Amino acid sequence: MAAVSRRDFLKTAGAIGVGAAAGIGFPAVLRAQGGGTVKVGVLHSLSGTMAISEVSLRDVCMMAFDEINAKGGVMGKKIEAVVVDPASNWDLFAEKAKQLLLQDKVSVTFGCWTSVSRKSVLPVFENNNGLLFYPVQYEGEECSKNVFYTGATPNQQLIPAAEYLMSKEGGGYKKFYLLGTDYVFPRTANKILRAFLLAKGIPADSIAEEYTPFNHQDYQTIVGKIKRFSSGGSAAVLSTINGDSNVPFYKEFANQGLRSEQCPIMAFSVAEDELRGMDTSALVGHLAAWNYYQSVETPQNKKFVQAFKAYAKKNNLPGGDKRVTDDPMEAAYFGVYIWKQAAEKAKSFEVDAVRKAVYGQTFLAPGGQIKMDEANQHTYKPVLIGEILKDGQFKVVSRSKGLVKADPWSQYTSPDKGCDWIKHQGTYQKKA
Amino acid sequence: MWKSLLLALALLPGLTAPAVAQSAGASGAGAAPAAGPSAEIAKHIADVASADAEVQEAAAVALGKTGDRKVLPLLEALREGSVYVRPLPGGKKETVIVGDKLSEGDKTLVPLFRAYGREALTGADGKPLLADLTTLEEVSTGRRLRIAIRPLIDAFSGQSDLANPDPATRRAAATKMGYTGDAATRQVLEEALGKERDRWARFALQEAIALIQLRTGSDAERVAAAEALGRLRSANAMEPLYQLAGDTQTPAPLAAAARSAIKRIERWGLFTQAIEIAFQGLSLSSILLLMALGLAIVFGLMGVINMAHGELMALGAYATFLMQGWFTAYFPAYFDYYFLVALPFAFLVSAGAGFLLERGVIRFLYGRPLETLLLTWGVSLMIQQGLRLWFGAANVDVTSPRWLSGGIPVMIGVQLPYNRLFIIGLATLCVGAMYLLLFRTDAGLRIRAVTQNRGMAACLGVRARWVDAGTFALGAGLAGLAGCAITQIGNVGPELGQNYIVDSFMVVVTGGVGKLLGSILAAIGIGGLNKIIEPGMGAVFGKVLILVLVIVFIQRRPAGLFATKGRYAES
Repeated sequence: MAAVSRRDFLKTAGAIGVGAAAGIGFPAVLRAQGGGTVKVGVLHSLSGTMAISEVSLRDVCMMAFDEINAKGGVMGKKIEAVVVDPASNWDLFAEKAKQLLLQDKVSVTFGCWTSVSRKSVLPVFENNNGLLFYPVQYEGEECSKNVFYTGATPNQQLIPAAEYLMSKEGGGYKKFYLLGTDYVFPRTANKILRAFLLAKGIPADSIAEEYTPFNHQDYQTIVGKIKRFSSGGSAAVLSTINGDSNVPFYKEFANQGLRSEQCPIMAFSVAEDELRGMDTSALVGHLAAWNYYQSVETPQNKKFVQAFKAYAKKNNLPGGDKRVTDDPMEAAYFGVYIWKQAAEKAKSFEVDAVRKAVYGQTFLAPGGQIKMDEANQHTYKPVLIGEILKDGQFKVVSRSKGLVKADPWSQYTSPDKGCDWIKHQGTYQKKA
Repeated sequence: MWKSLLLALALLPGLTAPAVAQSAGASGAGAAPAAGPSAEIAKHIADVASADAEVQEAAAVALGKTGDRKVLPLLEALREGSVYVRPLPGGKKETVIVGDKLSEGDKTLVPLFRAYGREALTGADGKPLLADLTTLEEVSTGRRLRIAIRPLIDAFSGQSDLANPDPATRRAAATKMGYTGDAATRQVLEEALGKERDRWARFALQEAIALIQLRTGSDAERVAAAEALGRLRSANAMEPLYQLAGDTQTPAPLAAAARSAIKRIERWGLFTQAIEIAFQGLSLSSILLLMALGLAIVFGLMGVINMAHGELMALGAYATFLMQGWFTAYFPAYFDYYFLVALPFAFLVSAGAGFLLERGVIRFLYGRPLETLLLTWGVSLMIQQGLRLWFGAANVDVTSPRWLSGGIPVMIGVQLPYNRLFIIGLATLCVGAMYLLLFRTDAGLRIRAVTQNRGMAACLGVRARWVDAGTFALGAGLAGLAGCAITQIGNVGPELGQNYIVDSFMVVVTGGVGKLLGSILAAIGIGGLNKIIEPGMGAVFGKVLILVLVIVFIQRRPAGLFATKGRYAES
């Protein structure tokens, strides 16, 4: 990978002299765009533990670039992708980000999955005024003007899911078991969920909270506890268990005689791509909360799913046409188009100009119309609760009315804070 | 010796494969198709399509109250939003259910179904009728309507689930109806109880009936219900009983009955929890033991620090995955038995790999533990990368056979999972087999002779090198067996070995090198302790505490539980 980018770098360096092409008026940026192309970075782990999830995001970004290039590129310039592999290594993320911004001088970067990788590249993008599109649902509490968050904030995933379970339609559950893997997203997510539940009048002794290490496999004790906790039939599990620990968890859950009718598990980190290559029989009937599913019935989603399967087959990607699409992939995909539209509106690839043009952009994404917030760098999205089916797909059982505005600072944990880059300088203190 | 082990394994399906009921769809198409809806139902069906939400909701509820099974598809379709109105010739309209969308050119076509009974509508040519979606009028179903419909559907599905051939489904349905049901539900449950034969389903029905009585019955009935719930030791009744006992409005006899029931249920809860912890500890111990047994032989008897032990387990797990694939491809009818073939297969694959490893490299390095350690670590990396290249970096999916899914309810509130019972049995079998092999056969005698005094054994005509190779292969094969078993409780991926190697060494070192009994006791001790600590301290701290305890223990007794004593050649 390094060799490729070095070659790209030399090519770019060679083109610097000629770079004053199109003459739009931002020579400093145009320097980076050799004849007829615009460079964009892709910063997803292609090896290591996160590869299993992040490779799909790389694939879907590349597909979007291909689609755009086939239709003539962005303002007549073909997209030239600089793909780097930060190898699930958080320090390497920062290093690769630096390389993309300073050496390759990319106009925009699409990347990151885990919160820790995002935190690691954040100072790099802020200090060098780069632009990152981050496509994964996350814990919020962040408001950087150099990042566009196309995934969900807690109020677009966690809170609606809990609200659904508490509603009459969702089963009217009154006790909640917060179970997660021990790292930053589940800890913050559960902090927000707990604050929300307490605010809704759920007594503290009806909320249990528990964490397991990464790769945990022995869920006997925890399932035993859930069984006792859920007797009486009014309890649900809110699960932020990440990665392959989910398989032994759901298996043990079913084997100890618990069923989704008595105690449903609402998962925040299980999507179609994770269910690929999983024995789903134990998961059927449990729930998940996302903003998009492969099963969403819109004409543009049908096209998107087919296009991705065809793309995977054509490029001989592992899995071929058995590949699936999911929420972070959709968010990564429309992120590319939002950037394209903003650049065309700004008539420039310059970061500050593009950023201002992103505000308020709308796009007919596979899952339906989405809209970029006017000031807070996040995305208006629909919220969908899905039920897991036998084939690893989801049936939507509840959807939000219209789009939900993103609150990077949860009103339940940080009611005094807001995020605004128009009237304020990012995170600000709300007046009482 | 191995023959008898395999024989025993081959006998297992008779013991463990319960008659798993095929769940057949008992719902849906019912009696004669000719019968149309009554006039009343027909009116409700037309009203459901009304634009007025109030009329809509009233009609849906009225339909639900009719108890006619043929309206269930319509209610389900309403919830999903697949109900439409189609214009009929002569200005009339008909409410229909639409099926999955098909696209033909720009048009979206849908098959149509009758609202009553969901029979497919056919055209003049007898083929299913397809309609262009744009010619139909969608019936909007708001959130309120969906909320109103859900309990109606639940009542229908609860009733059909009570007649399901699978006792677990009947049990779940009864329990659920107990939480929300009213007097009418109680009648249904009582009818079902009359027909029910399964002990645990009967229990669930009785519990559900008592719960409903407790909520809706007369004062005398409620006292009786509270007493019955105490007798049933129903953990599900704790919440309502607590409320009754705590509420000052509760009549005195009822409150007293509730209190005594609570006491009874609580005592039972403690008892079942103790049983559960004991079982969980036993299960974890047996897994640890299975993993450590091979290592105990290789490390304990031969003194080889085999860092590739975990990868030999991974080989066994992938062998299971392959066997599953072959059964799906060639003998789909016997799929449930793939696991029984996979067990010896995994043993052979890993034993073969172990044999090659010993003959190829390890035999040149006996007596040089550091070099062996480095070398086997290198081999472990090679196997890992090989698996990654061959099968991909992602986990592979090993499906549990049906007879290893689910569990057996042994007492109220305790269900023991089949897969864990199987592993406990397998571990016991392996230990027994190892004991017989080492102490009751000539081969075992030779193994022990070579480990105790290689030179003397060789002088007496034992072919020490082949004994080495055989012992190593045996240890590796046991690792393969452990890997095969682990597919039923954990994930199978290239890094599988890394997750288990530390635990395996911990057991062997704690147990004392060279003693099988030590490993067994160490596995039971560590497993049991872990499960006693975990409920109070959580999984993360539980693990840390166990490691601390092991370190302290090893410091006190560096040689482990059982130190090897006597005249050993090396010492």
